[in-house]
Amino acid sequence: MLKLEHVNKIYKEHQALNDINVTFNPNETTVIVGPSGSGKSTLLRSLNLLEHPENGMYTLDDRTIDYSKPVSKDTLLWIRHKTGMVFQQPRMFDHLTVMGNMIEAPVHVLKQSKAEAIEHGHELLQAVGLDDTADRYPYQLSGGQTQRIAIARALAMHPDYLLLDEPTSALDPEIEAQILRILKRLAEKHESMIIVTHNMEFAKNAADRMLFLEDGAIDFDGTPDEFFNHPTERIDRFLNAYKI
Amino acid sequence: MIDFITTYAPQLIVAGLKYTIPLALISFAFALVFAGFVGVFRSYDPQVTGFKKVLWFILNNLLAFYVWAFRSTPMLVQLFVVFYGLPKLGIEWLQPSAWVAAIAVLSLNSGAYASEAIRAAISSIPGTQREAAQALGMTEGQTFTRIILPQAARVSIPTLANSFISLIKDTSLASTVTIVEMFYLSQQMAAVTFEPLQMYLLVAAIYAIFVTILSIPQRYIQRWADRFVK
Repeated sequence: MLKLEHVNKIYKEHQALNDINVTFNPNETTVIVGPSGSGKSTLLRSLNLLEHPENGMYTLDDRTIDYSKPVSKDTLLWIRHKTGMVFQQPRMFDHLTVMGNMIEAPVHVLKQSKAEAIEHGHELLQAVGLDDTADRYPYQLSGGQTQRIAIARALAMHPDYLLLDEPTSALDPEIEAQILRILKRLAEKHESMIIVTHNMEFAKNAADRMLFLEDGAIDFDGTPDEFFNHPTERIDRFLNAYKI
Repeated sequence: MIDFITTYAPQLIVAGLKYTIPLALISFAFALVFAGFVGVFRSYDPQVTGFKKVLWFILNNLLAFYVWAFRSTPMLVQLFVVFYGLPKLGIEWLQPSAWVAAIAVLSLNSGAYASEAIRAAISSIPGTQREAAQALGMTEGQTFTRIILPQAARVSIPTLANSFISLIKDTSLASTVTIVEMFYLSQQMAAVTFEPLQMYLLVAAIYAIFVTILSIPQRYIQRWADRFVK
């Protein structure tokens, strides 16, 4: 279980997160939507401490951290280990081959043997349909391919929670659909996922739960059925903006 | 003209092989060590507190002072300070021989410039690489040595090769501290032959040949380092 209580993040004159209280359940896919600048990414990045809110409490399993205090190195690494992150722009390690990217953290963070990591790496690459690229360098791949590998790379760490920050926003619709199918498969396997996305089709199909953020605050927290079929006036307006 | 070359070139080349090249290679090896240490140290934010932070701050500033001092004074002056100046302090172990003085100044000077090349290369690696590594649970140290440095090394190669080329030519300054390297020898021979134009053109040509030959490895190193870029 992953829980935020009274979390605030303030940039110079702008409150990016405003008293966030939310619990993310395991084995669920939570989809976070909302207008640009509403704090979706900040919220997600706070969950693996790439972003450090000013105050509030964060509980992950049996550990609770107080954002207003410095986090110990041990806890920081533990949280990063429990949460996997996929960014909007695929961030391959350019100097490593695809397999090098896959095994870097398993070998050096989880201390797996290289052989074991490679074997597992092949399995994950197969799952995203890219095992044939194992020996290539990232520059030899397309954006869609690297994003699929980024997902596989994050899964290689066996995170309890997979965080995805607009993983398809930089891709064309066809490739986007490919990625979303992979994520939908993960959702069906009851991986614990938290996804920031602008793709409402995906949200409708894969989400167990919807969050709607506006001005750094959670404006809606409920089921996709409520969100799409019985929207509030504000959400109705938001959804209508997607129709042309 | 051919006679002139066949008479004097061999002696110059021998002086080059005995003095110019060893001076350049030894000094560059030291320069890389200095530059690597200084460049990495000054790029690295250890995120420590208390006493360690004070220590880090002091060392960081000392290194910045070193780089500043060697970059803002002429190498010839540095050489004179070390070779002619330091012995006057009367400290027993501070009486550098010509070789020690030349290697010390050449390597410290070249190292100061090269450290900035390394620092620039490190800061050229986008912060997103760091975030990606940390999101995978890598420590600051692992991120730096395994993700940032290998990519920065590639970026720094052309600039470091430039430093090396400069260094080869700067060895001619060792002539001012009694080392009879290639240029010193050419001066002596020019005085005897009364042919300064031919003699200095000849030594210039030999420098050019040396630099060209010593630059060849750069091509192969660069090709290897570029394996992961388009």
